[in-house]
Amino acid sequence: MTAREIMEYDVIIVGAGPAGLSCAIRLKQLKPDLMVAVIEKGAQIGAHILSGAVIEPEPLDQLLPGWRENPPPVCIPVAKDELWLLTKKGKIRLPTPPQQKNHGNFIVSLGSMCAWMAQKAEALEVDIFPGYAAAEIRFNDDGAVGGVIIGDMGVDSAGKHKDNYMQGIEIHAAMTVLCEGCRGHLSKQLIRKFELDKDCDPQTYGIGMKELWRVQPGKSKPGLVQHTTGWPLDAKTYGGSFIYHLDKDRIAIGFVTGLDYQDPAFRPFEAFQQMKHHPMLHELLEGGEILSSGARAIVEGGYQSLPKTEMPGALLIGDAAGMLNVPKIKGTHQAMRCGMMAAEHINDTASAEGFDAKLRDSEIVRELYKVRNIRPAFYSGLWRGFVRSAIETVTLGKLPTTLSIHDDDSTLKKRDDYTAPDRKWVDRDLPPRDRLASVYFAATEHDEDQPVHLRILEPDICTTRCAEEYDNPCTRFCPANVYEMVADDRVKKDGGRRLQINASNCVHCKVCDIKDPYQIINWVTPEGGCGPNYQNM
Amino acid sequence: MKILVGIKRVVDYNVRVRVLADGSGVDTDGVKMSVNPFDEIALEEALRIRDAGNAEEVIVVSAGGDECQQQLRTGLAMGADRAIQIQTSEGLQPLSTARAFLKVIEREDPGLVLLGKQAIDDDNCQTGQMLAALWERPQATSASKLELNGNSATVVREVDAGLETIEIDLPAVVTVDLRLNEPRFVKLPDIMKAKRKPMDVVSLEELGVAIEGNLEIGHYAPPPQREQGIMVEDAAQLVEELKNRGLL
Ligand SMILES: Cc1cc2nc3c(=O)[nH]c(=O)nc-3n(C[C@H](O)[C@H](O)[C@H](O)COP(=O)(O)OP(=O)(O)OC[C@H]3O[C@@H](n4cnc5c(N)ncnc54)[C@H](O)[C@@H]3O)c2cc1C
Ligand code: SF4
Repeated sequence: MTAREIMEYDVIIVGAGPAGLSCAIRLKQLKPDLMVAVIEKGAQIGAHILSGAVIEPEPLDQLLPGWRENPPPVCIPVAKDELWLLTKKGKIRLPTPPQQKNHGNFIVSLGSMCAWMAQKAEALEVDIFPGYAAAEIRFNDDGAVGGVIIGDMGVDSAGKHKDNYMQGIEIHAAMTVLCEGCRGHLSKQLIRKFELDKDCDPQTYGIGMKELWRVQPGKSKPGLVQHTTGWPLDAKTYGGSFIYHLDKDRIAIGFVTGLDYQDPAFRPFEAFQQMKHHPMLHELLEGGEILSSGARAIVEGGYQSLPKTEMPGALLIGDAAGMLNVPKIKGTHQAMRCGMMAAEHINDTASAEGFDAKLRDSEIVRELYKVRNIRPAFYSGLWRGFVRSAIETVTLGKLPTTLSIHDDDSTLKKRDDYTAPDRKWVDRDLPPRDRLASVYFAATEHDEDQPVHLRILEPDICTTRCAEEYDNPCTRFCPANVYEMVADDRVKKDGGRRLQINASNCVHCKVCDIKDPYQIINWVTPEGGCGPNYQNM
Repeated sequence: MKILVGIKRVVDYNVRVRVLADGSGVDTDGVKMSVNPFDEIALEEALRIRDAGNAEEVIVVSAGGDECQQQLRTGLAMGADRAIQIQTSEGLQPLSTARAFLKVIEREDPGLVLLGKQAIDDDNCQTGQMLAALWERPQATSASKLELNGNSATVVREVDAGLETIEIDLPAVVTVDLRLNEPRFVKLPDIMKAKRKPMDVVSLEELGVAIEGNLEIGHYAPPPQREQGIMVEDAAQLVEELKNRGLL
């Protein structure tokens, strides 16, 4: 093995989402001669970004004053908020809770907004490298983080070098900023290594699925923001939908459900599709076409689950740390604010030390504190959740109690211990027919001849304990149908079945890494540039 | 010897191409754009020839709006020495592209012009052939193997019947097929180097090429949706169904 080529920067940022790009832009605004690079695993900036997204504009005002004259490509002022409680056929309009009011906010495509921000960053001479995955952390001799190692390219499925093999380089930097978004795979390692989560509750997540539609002319009402709760979820499962009306007859429709669900047979993708068949939404979508679709995990633990955000040589910011405000279902403004704050801290101190204290004394964490009890309030079901969250909201979170957060991998019930509610699901006629048809709209691509990037640490468990206890839930929670149990003549034991991993369908949502009850699935970065190619998501 | 390589910016091959509702074109809003894969292979071949000591310089050329500089930069990052953008805001048809390339050839005097056999957007498969005719030089299309021997080249071509080996004099136009080589990945430091490599911009007018629309595009339409099939029980029913449809 030859020594890896090295590039040196002052600051290396992993992930070109709102957190990473805000950090990069602010750094160069403060200190133009600083050498700053951003690594992004998507083939293009925005290709791996999937969000709602209704965003709060204040951080943009701070970062790029004057942006309103020259806004991102998709940017529609919110005109009206609606919240609906759905029953199977009916709907009840609920008052919009204060956290969900969106007056003054904008509906954007976060993917195209990131591409737009990347141009601003490049104009400030930030080096942005889409199509390269930060595969490993590089540690200095003293154990501090000293940069990242880019994944090798041109390795075949057996691990051998192909003709076009290219060794990944090392990027050395005085400061590494992890902005990988929810459940970052390097962030996960660092949280473990530096025990960043030893003083907080476990993290909890949701799965968000989204489709961008072009509907029949006249059906989309630009600026309308709708949320629903209730059907098709049972009262024990946390979740709901969003329907954001864009311009050009486009509608962003999405569905979010807590990954702390208990039913081992639950199929989040199917729940999303069912939701679309509620009469109110069916009417809206009928006759339209899907432009793009995909899924992404959402970090929901908030205040109680926030790990320490600094370690020697590195900072952890945005959704990688878990700064999303769940009742608002908004994380973009938090990610951007935190990106700017990290930049200011690096500029002031040239070290990671002291960042976490600053963060905890900032508006970012104060915002999380106010709403800290709303997500766990729903642990006891939808109705109690509503009541408790109403109390928390009117008291601005000032009640002294703090409810604790549970993890997601242990909430799943064994199949013998759980009787699923009768979901009364309907026959569907809107596209996509199934998960494979949906993946098609994600335009996801992985060279098939590369090592599988979903590492199963103990494959025996899949065909034995997991098959018996949970009937292999990975075959249901993965929104891209990556996991299949297939019959194989060559397998002589365990009923002649084995786990087949269709890794090339993966949309990088990270749900399997989170929800697997045995925690034996490890998501690692595939070859750079692989993965979904989201369009205006 | 200089090698000239044509590079076209096209909708990436993974993208599901969608026709605009009014039929005026293809939706490129937020769509990933890439170097035409055949052109990438052409460039890879040119770089290998240069690195083997059989050429001094590799020049990448693209005709298009300023967005195509992104693809030219990719070419420079792969290893081309310099780039030329033939600036035009209009989509060119193959004859105009060939005329514009001819002007660049007259300026640069290359010993070899390598192009993709076709671009994956409109699949015309004409530019290389037209260019060779205008230039009055030999051509070898759909090359899957290329060997230079001084003033001539041996080219293995992929043809319907199999493979055909031909000998051509240089300078010549060679268009390349999929099996010629496997293009390299771009190294990060090379992206930085590419930023400093020269990129000349000349307009069509400066080259003295007028845009000719010898083809008029009526409208774009997606292929008709395939109708749902039926399962037949046996051969008899198959025959019956085919007869009912007047197909037998
Ligand atoms: C369905 C859904 C709806 C949402 N709706 C809203 C909304 O309406 N309003 C709102 O404000 N927020 C919303 N959010 C949340 C919002 O999208 C996030 O809070 C925000 O994107 C977080 O920004 P980030 O920069 O921390 O991470 P991300 O936006 O996730 O960006 C991380 C980037 O890092 C890249 N990356 C990760 N690992 C690596 C690696 N190892 N190497 C290279 N690159 C890497 C990823 O490809 C990605 O581009 C929603 C989220 C979802 C899933
Ligand atoms: S394999 Fe895992 S990360 Fe990939 S799409 Fe499925 S659940 Fe998401």
